[in-house]
Amino acid sequence: MSDTPETKAKRPGRHPMPEQKPLERVKNFQEVPFGYTPETAVAEAQRCLQCKNAPCRKGCPVEVKIPEFIRLIKEGNFAAANRLIKEDNALPAVCGRVCPQEDQCEQVCLLAKKGEPVAIGRLERFAADYGLGEVEKVKVIVAPATGKRVAVVGAGPAGLTCAGDLALMGHSVTIFEAFHKAGGVLVYGIPEFRLPKAIVQSEVEALQRLGVDIQLNAVIGKIDTIDELLEQGFDAVFIGSGAGLPNFMGIPGENLGGVYSANEYLTRSNLMKAYRFPEYDTPIIRGKRVVVIGGGNVAMDAARTALRLGAEQVALAYRRSREEMPARREETHHAEEEGVRFELLTAPVEVLGDEKGFVRALRCQRMKLGEPDSSGRRRPIPIEGSEFDMEVDTVIVAIGNTPNPLIGATTPDLKVGKHGTIETEAATGQTSKPRVFAGGDIVTGAATVISAMGAGKRAARAIHAMLMTKGG
Amino acid sequence: MYPIKQKRQLAENILLMKVQAPKIAAKRKAGQFVILRVNETGERFPLTIADADPAAGTITIIFQVAGRSTRALAALNEGEGILDVVGPLGKPTHIEKFGHVVCIGGGVGIAPVYPIICAMKAAGNRVTSIISARNKSLLILEEEMRAHSDELKVATDDGSTGFKGFPTHLLQQMADAKERVDLVVAVGPVPMMRAVCQLTKQLGIRTMVSLNPIMVDGTGMCGGCRVTVGGKTRFVCVDGPEFDGHAVDFEELIKRLKTYAVHERAALDHVCKMEGQAK
Ligand SMILES: Cc1cc2nc3c(=O)[nH]c(=O)nc-3n(C[C@H](O)[C@H](O)[C@H](O)COP(=O)(O)OP(=O)(O)OC[C@H]3O[C@@H](n4cnc5c(N)ncnc54)[C@H](O)[C@@H]3O)c2cc1C
Ligand SMILES: Cc1cc2nc3c(=O)[nH]c(=O)nc-3n(C[C@H](O)[C@H](O)[C@H](O)COP(=O)(O)OP(=O)(O)OC[C@H]3O[C@@H](n4cnc5c(N)ncnc54)[C@H](O)[C@@H]3O)c2cc1C
Ligand code: SF4
Ligand code: SF4
Ligand code: FES
Repeated sequence: MSDTPETKAKRPGRHPMPEQKPLERVKNFQEVPFGYTPETAVAEAQRCLQCKNAPCRKGCPVEVKIPEFIRLIKEGNFAAANRLIKEDNALPAVCGRVCPQEDQCEQVCLLAKKGEPVAIGRLERFAADYGLGEVEKVKVIVAPATGKRVAVVGAGPAGLTCAGDLALMGHSVTIFEAFHKAGGVLVYGIPEFRLPKAIVQSEVEALQRLGVDIQLNAVIGKIDTIDELLEQGFDAVFIGSGAGLPNFMGIPGENLGGVYSANEYLTRSNLMKAYRFPEYDTPIIRGKRVVVIGGGNVAMDAARTALRLGAEQVALAYRRSREEMPARREETHHAEEEGVRFELLTAPVEVLGDEKGFVRALRCQRMKLGEPDSSGRRRPIPIEGSEFDMEVDTVIVAIGNTPNPLIGATTPDLKVGKHGTIETEAATGQTSKPRVFAGGDIVTGAATVISAMGAGKRAARAIHAMLMTKGG
Repeated sequence: MYPIKQKRQLAENILLMKVQAPKIAAKRKAGQFVILRVNETGERFPLTIADADPAAGTITIIFQVAGRSTRALAALNEGEGILDVVGPLGKPTHIEKFGHVVCIGGGVGIAPVYPIICAMKAAGNRVTSIISARNKSLLILEEEMRAHSDELKVATDDGSTGFKGFPTHLLQQMADAKERVDLVVAVGPVPMMRAVCQLTKQLGIRTMVSLNPIMVDGTGMCGGCRVTVGGKTRFVCVDGPEFDGHAVDFEELIKRLKTYAVHERAALDHVCKMEGQAK
């Protein structure tokens, strides 16, 4: 997270993260922060007060043993710190990078009240990166085989976590993934410069070493339905298929050439490596003047990708004000540093095209804030007569994703809510259908990596309990 | 890896491949497609499942060598494999007993029409097929189409075989002869489908078309394949590929298909350069 200058710390502040300079990094896709050195990590760990009641832990959705792992870092025992984190969090190298720590563990850190919280995320990342080099040496203990088979749909954070936990408990696990690569949003959505794909890959490989079988190119609902999986002898199914369906605004001109959903833009660039076209075959429009619509992490990722693909100007149109922006502070900070221009209180009304059917401008309207709406955020109200045109050649729509209806539509007795989310019992992930569990974005709608992992974990526990009782 | 069991040239630039994919072969229905990725640097692109042999565990794809991806696929030989094949995707063709169905396949679009006529026939329809190509050497599947249709009509742009002209002319002739047609199915180049739809709209015949926009995932997660049908945005990979032809905005589809025209040329140049270096 960004070190905001206004927090005048009485005690020494947190150690800044060394990172690539903005003007250099917009020209490459390499990771922006370099990570702490061992010296910095130890020094940062020394700031922790080792609070007895560890408020930080309650801020973490999977309750990582924060003071304990920080103490191990302080003592120079980095590998042990990593192992301890892994007891609660299967993907620390990922979470240390992408968790919204400022709203979670770091928000409730005791030091946050007095100045700057301990950089828990950065320390977690440090320990995990150190541990990545160790994987081969660590012997994981897998419980004796139970003879039970579990199918996991989707290889995102929810599915990977659930699969890993079940495998450790001795069950035979098969993941079915629609794409040709495992990782979910971690591989198709979040860009390389924020989460190197090699990290995701090594986590996936670790899972395979546990004996998890990953079937790629397998779209459940098409090649097999949930019912067919159960008929084929799977004793339980976990659905972690995410929220991958892109929303569009429904304004005129939205189907012009040069208008992308953020999903398409990011998938082309990340998963298909269009940023390396023509070495890789998948093309992407390298717009010179790009506007991204939205204000979340997805919008920031798209805007920063556009810069790296060579855009001269990238604007972000968001219909509320900065306070309401859902993106992580680190992301907005990085985006602004790199030169993304924020057009706040601005809503698109029409995409204008040229005679060939390509985007030429985005017509927008200025907004003002009214009363809070159902989400508690102040509702934007259009200002009459404030329309103006932004000259652009590429428009990226990043106004949210909803669950893909494929699985719901092919599983008649699965209860699905009105936004397409699967209904479950929160503590277990049990759906309306016996032996079928679900978790992650498919249940909550678009949320966070760590909450998806938490759901995968709870479901693994519930599935295990079910399989191990008589008749399971 | 999905091994190629058989490779055959059907016409200039048109190839047939039988690919080992037992689960897809067992599941697929007429009208569905697969998405392929030939190799690690390849793009994902869709091809219709033209036929399948569940016993042998193979699916048949028939494709025109158009640009970089289809070229890379064409370069593979029997015994080699395609890196990724995912499917069956899309909704199957809506098959029922309509009465007299006229199925029109243009160019490589004859391939997707073939499983449809088989299914229409099996459902008890009378099937008239019209197949067309620029010239005789580009015409594919004539024998197979004849064997599974009640009647087969052939048209070529230059008259090198069959009727000289477009499939719409043959359809017009049928209308002039007061032949009753309950449904038209048209698959082929977008301008052909658009022309067929213009005519059948006048004639008041329900028409189904199979659209071929640019795709990435094929599962509804990118929206790249969107088209306007009846004023609404639809995703072809999950809502289609077949739609009521009279409601499709063909102009928009044609423009969207040109989104990467510049890139496609650049990609081919790149391939040619690489091949040049290899020599
Ligand atoms: C661009 C972007 C940036 C983000 N940035 C952050 C961030 O900084 N921090 C953070 O905490 N969160 C972030 N998020 C949100 C976070 O990534 C998600 O909440 C999280 O990935 C959800 O995990 P999941 O396992 O539920 O689903 P996903 O990660 O979406 O994985 C679902 C998987 O299931 C597969 N699948 C779908 N349907 C089927 C099917 N029918 N059959 C087989 N497989 C199927 C998909 O291909 C996919 O691989 C971001 C999201 C995006 C899109
Ligand atoms: C559902 C579906 C089913 C299809 N089934 C078949 C099939 O059975 N056989 C077959 O030969 N093709 C089929 N296509 C078209 C096929 O996907 C494209 O021809 C292919 O992607 C071209 O890739 P390329 O890299 O070789 O050519 P590119 O370099 O991408 O393009 C070369 C030329 O082909 C045109 N083109 C590009 N994409 C398409 C497209 N989607 N449709 C039509 N023209 C295109 C371009 O405008 C350009 O002129 C299908 C498309 C869809 C959406
Ligand atoms: S997993 Fe996320 S919330 Fe939990 S301690 Fe790590 S960074 Fe904080
Ligand atoms: S609350 Fe902050 S200072 Fe206290 S133990 Fe947790 S990380 Fe350390
Ligand atoms: S191809 Fe991505 S949504 Fe259809």
